[in-house]
Amino acid sequence: MRVLVTGASGFLGGAVAREIAGAGHQVRTFQRRPSGVVGVDDSLGSLTNRADVSRAVEGMDAVVHLAAKVSLAGEPADFEAVNVEGTRTLLGAMRDAGVGRLVFVSSPSVAHAGASIAGDDARPADPQHARGEYARTKALAELLALGADSEPLRVVAVRPHLVWGPGDTQLVERIVERARAGRLPLLDSGAALIDSTYIDNAASAIAAALERVDAVHGNAYVITNGEPRPVADLLGGICAAAGVAAPAWSIPAGVARAAGSVIEAVWRVKPGADEPPMTRFLAEQLSTAHWFDQRRMRAELQWQPAVSLDEGLRRLAAHYGTPSR
Amino acid sequence: MSHGSSRLPRSAGRTAPASLPPAGLPGMDARFSRLVEVADGDSGRPVTWHLLDNGAVLDELGVTPVGTMLCVHGNPTWSYLWRELVGAATDAATTAAETGSGDVWRVIAVDQLEMGFSERTGIERGLERRVSDLSALTATLELSGPVVTVGHDWGGVVSMGWAVDHPDELAGVVLLNTAIHQPEDRAIPWPLRLTLQRGMLGRATVATPAFLETTLALAHPSLESDVKNGYRAPYRSADRRGGIGAFVADIPVDERHRSWNELERIAAGVRELGVPSLMLWGPRDPIFSDTYLDDLAERMPQADIHRFEGAGHMIAEDVDYAPVVLDWLGGLDPSTGSGELLAAGGLLDQRRSPDGAGGGFDTAAGGLLDQRKGPLWSVLDELRDSTDLALVDMKPRRDVSWKLLSTGVRQLAAGLLRAGVQPGDRVSLLIPPSADLTAVLYACLRIGAVVVVADAGLGVPGLTRAVRGARPDHVIGALPGLSVARAFSWPGQKISVATLPRATALALGVRHSLPELARLGADESLPEPPSASAVAAVLFTSGSTGPAKGVVYTHAQLEAVRDALASKYDIGVGTGLVAGFAPFALLGPALGARSVTPDMNVTSPRTLTAKATAEAAAAVDATVVFLSPAALANVVATSDALGAADTAALAVVKTFLSAGAPVPEALLAAAGRLMPNATPHTPYGMTEGLLMTDITLEGIRAAADDAAALPEGEHAGGVCVGAPAGSVRVRIAGLDEHGMPAAEPSEQSGVTGEIVLSAPHLKQSYDRLWATNRIADADSVSAESVDAPAERWHRTGDVGHLDAQGRLWVEGRLPHVIVTAGGVVTPVGPEQKIESVLGVGRVALAGIGPRGTQQLVVVLETDPPARRPALADPELGAAVRHAAGLDIAAVLVVPVLPTDIRHNSKIDRTALSRWAEGVLSGEKLTAP
Repeated sequence: MRVLVTGASGFLGGAVAREIAGAGHQVRTFQRRPSGVVGVDDSLGSLTNRADVSRAVEGMDAVVHLAAKVSLAGEPADFEAVNVEGTRTLLGAMRDAGVGRLVFVSSPSVAHAGASIAGDDARPADPQHARGEYARTKALAELLALGADSEPLRVVAVRPHLVWGPGDTQLVERIVERARAGRLPLLDSGAALIDSTYIDNAASAIAAALERVDAVHGNAYVITNGEPRPVADLLGGICAAAGVAAPAWSIPAGVARAAGSVIEAVWRVKPGADEPPMTRFLAEQLSTAHWFDQRRMRAELQWQPAVSLDEGLRRLAAHYGTPSR
Repeated sequence: MSHGSSRLPRSAGRTAPASLPPAGLPGMDARFSRLVEVADGDSGRPVTWHLLDNGAVLDELGVTPVGTMLCVHGNPTWSYLWRELVGAATDAATTAAETGSGDVWRVIAVDQLEMGFSERTGIERGLERRVSDLSALTATLELSGPVVTVGHDWGGVVSMGWAVDHPDELAGVVLLNTAIHQPEDRAIPWPLRLTLQRGMLGRATVATPAFLETTLALAHPSLESDVKNGYRAPYRSADRRGGIGAFVADIPVDERHRSWNELERIAAGVRELGVPSLMLWGPRDPIFSDTYLDDLAERMPQADIHRFEGAGHMIAEDVDYAPVVLDWLGGLDPSTGSGELLAAGGLLDQRRSPDGAGGGFDTAAGGLLDQRKGPLWSVLDELRDSTDLALVDMKPRRDVSWKLLSTGVRQLAAGLLRAGVQPGDRVSLLIPPSADLTAVLYACLRIGAVVVVADAGLGVPGLTRAVRGARPDHVIGALPGLSVARAFSWPGQKISVATLPRATALALGVRHSLPELARLGADESLPEPPSASAVAAVLFTSGSTGPAKGVVYTHAQLEAVRDALASKYDIGVGTGLVAGFAPFALLGPALGARSVTPDMNVTSPRTLTAKATAEAAAAVDATVVFLSPAALANVVATSDALGAADTAALAVVKTFLSAGAPVPEALLAAAGRLMPNATPHTPYGMTEGLLMTDITLEGIRAAADDAAALPEGEHAGGVCVGAPAGSVRVRIAGLDEHGMPAAEPSEQSGVTGEIVLSAPHLKQSYDRLWATNRIADADSVSAESVDAPAERWHRTGDVGHLDAQGRLWVEGRLPHVIVTAGGVVTPVGPEQKIESVLGVGRVALAGIGPRGTQQLVVVLETDPPARRPALADPELGAAVRHAAGLDIAAVLVVPVLPTDIRHNSKIDRTALSRWAEGVLSGEKLTAP
């Protein structure tokens, strides 16, 4: 199969491109910068440019769409342009070029209204109640993508939750940097149960969705390791693997949420600045349970995670050169 | 009654046509709503009813109903009350249409005239008129039998009026919280008294929705607001609420009331109905309290009863009653027209008395009667002239001879009769273990009174619920018990243990004392003894596994308990017995044992010391010692205080039992060392079956060795409770992938499932828990012939497996089975493995999240104990996961795990799961 992977310069996108190429498919990637993935064709361009997109999908059998604006804060219009309009452009280009398969990579946050999720299966994306611009625009985009599902264009949405692993700058590096600086608090007791996805598992699950898209199109699936842990244990495990001290102090989640709201407001009028240290979204993510019913996903995608949480942490430790305990 | 003399506001007399309910009421299906025109009363003028009727849907399905349920709502509800029943019956009909099996029932649920969406005619209808209205409707519908009436609240009365008037069509009666008769000595319930006050009636019922809202607020748990709106829908304005006021005004408060005679007629008529009846009751009802259930049960002794503890007046909302009704209907044979009970098959015996009213399985079946070794008091009769020691009270010390005990029992028995205690009456005993308790217990048994025994460990609220539910006719108690009985208005005639000062007796409502009864019965004139199948006792469960249930035993079954103990532990006349475990203590005299209860605080078994145990043993030259598992740890901990005489007394003991809940091997061994010549045993049983399996300390060790020798993964773990005792049979109903037990239990080894037991000494039934009995007795079969005798089986709610050597292993409670995405997990095995981790005390394994994808959570105590609840540190977490060999989501450390009082060992995993679920979803980390 000839497969286009968008967003392959990212942590997850690169892993997905490698996974699919490794399975013997012919992979082309599409993003603004070179993907750095060996053995694939890079087609550089922007999602906001119709011509770039059309060129990229030309001659493909399937698209795995990961490119998105991922951030905890930023201008709503930027999110809208990349995540919603970019997806709309991609869908149009695929229709024009007769590309018949799309794996839309989404996020469980598209269906998260702030309350705890304990063992739920994937619920429909809900842009009205999604928290933050990223989740809201990804929710809109997922609805667009699944709305386009049809026999000639088969769409499946997969939502990996909290992807981490060696080389991850999004989650792991932030945690480790903050912990090293003593700026990583726990919220409340840190007991909220959170599931996460080791990078190799996320990549292989997305590849499985691609293999199974003809059978399962029209559906959305949450993907995780299926090994939820209290957030303190998870953060502690990542810190230990990186050789830094685990968070030892905590602040009440309510305070963090309130602070997050204020900080977000301040950041909104500080364009160009770095990411805010705390947002309401992040405070909610770290103080409420997030774990999912994985049975339907595993049965329908015919997929099992190959790397356990503990094995993932061992690989992370090896990456940081931390001696094992 | 013309409207001129009405006590209701003028708006109550407004007329309005009937209509269909608005669309979108939750739970309502428009396919069932219809309007029916009927000629009204003497005038013959047409009047229109709204009703729910699944008849048309059944026609569409092409199925023929076996009968019709005629459902009548009360005040101030409407047919909306029955939506679940209409829906469930129609679902069952759909299944029947697809599979070709199962009974089909038509359901007609009416809105009474002036109520719901039926016509407002402006007429204030009394009971007599309402009964004839309903008859006119069923005549118009050309409803032929068989009909089962279903009624709630005052609808119960109207439905019973219809039942009395249609004996040929009637096949059965179902009643939910209703009343047919106001007992003379009882005031009418306060909420109604208040509403009926001059000036209040119209305002509360018609002008304002106060009565409606008060009724809706009686639901437990509270109704969802959209359901409340469903109930409110037909009563949105004063114009629409005339019927509500008229219903309240129609309550016949005294014999001058116009509806008095009709109520009396119906109340008398129900005695003659004789059809199968089902009463579903919510005891938390400020209006139709248990008193009214008792009255109905007395009028309809054939009734099956289920009291839903925790439910109230709005029982149809509080509990899932529809499946219970359908299940019950499944046992009727409507084809006979007059509702004969199914004459053949296994149902008959269960049906007669699953609520424990009497009868039921004939325990004589299977030749048991031939083996009967005499009534419970036979040793008391045999030894009536013996001056040998029968009983010792330790504090104050009191030695009682067989002669004294035997005389006391006979005198009390005769005295109880004279004080009005009738055979079959229920007598609640609130007396600490003592010679007094023993004497009065055997006196009650001798005259055929039913003793009600609840453990003080239930606490006052639990005890109050238990005693109320058991509806004692008499309460015999010591001062503390009687004070509680007074404070909580427990029912029944009160009798004190000691003679009380007159003022105290008056204040507590005490009519008699035991010394007085003994004098009254000095002539020892006794009635015929009760039959073996008569109910002897209602024993309450500990409540550690849900609300305490009353467990009914017949005389034959208690005799079988006695005989099982006698043969298993070789106890007979002359055996010295230390009875530190209440259920067994009471059987001492029946066994002929010389028995003593050690000095301890009965509400807290863990206060028992080694010294007190030794002194008790010395007092009766004990060779057998029964202790409660809760007491065991303290006995071992206080063994330093034993003197030479104490040690000598304990050295005589040959058999030592820890009964009630399994104890760790190390504790049993430590207790065994205090009695070096004794064989330590730990039996497995429950209030429903007191001795089911037994294992010795040596046996426990052998079982552990056998388990260790099994290949990895072939042993499910758990506590080995040994081989079946005597004639007990054990089967396992294997769990499926949803954690549900199979319908057909087997004796196959290595299969984990619900433990199902059979023995002559099993309980008869649960008291007034028809639906619970249906589940517990699911595997029982009645006698079909001499070659196929009756088998009574009890589903224990415990989960475990049999090993290759036929030993039973207990793995936990059925509700505590955890169903993960990877499969079913029972708690006890992993808990034991985790308890082996250094520094870990007691452990509970809980499941959180939806069944089928639950996550495992370990909650544990540490040594030394943690000061506050917290997540385990990474090292402990890793050690726990390693020991358990399971994917455990979280490990929580708590200062102490919550346990029940009686055993001090049964951890409430259900509550713990709820707690863990809260904590792990981000709620504050409080103590469980």
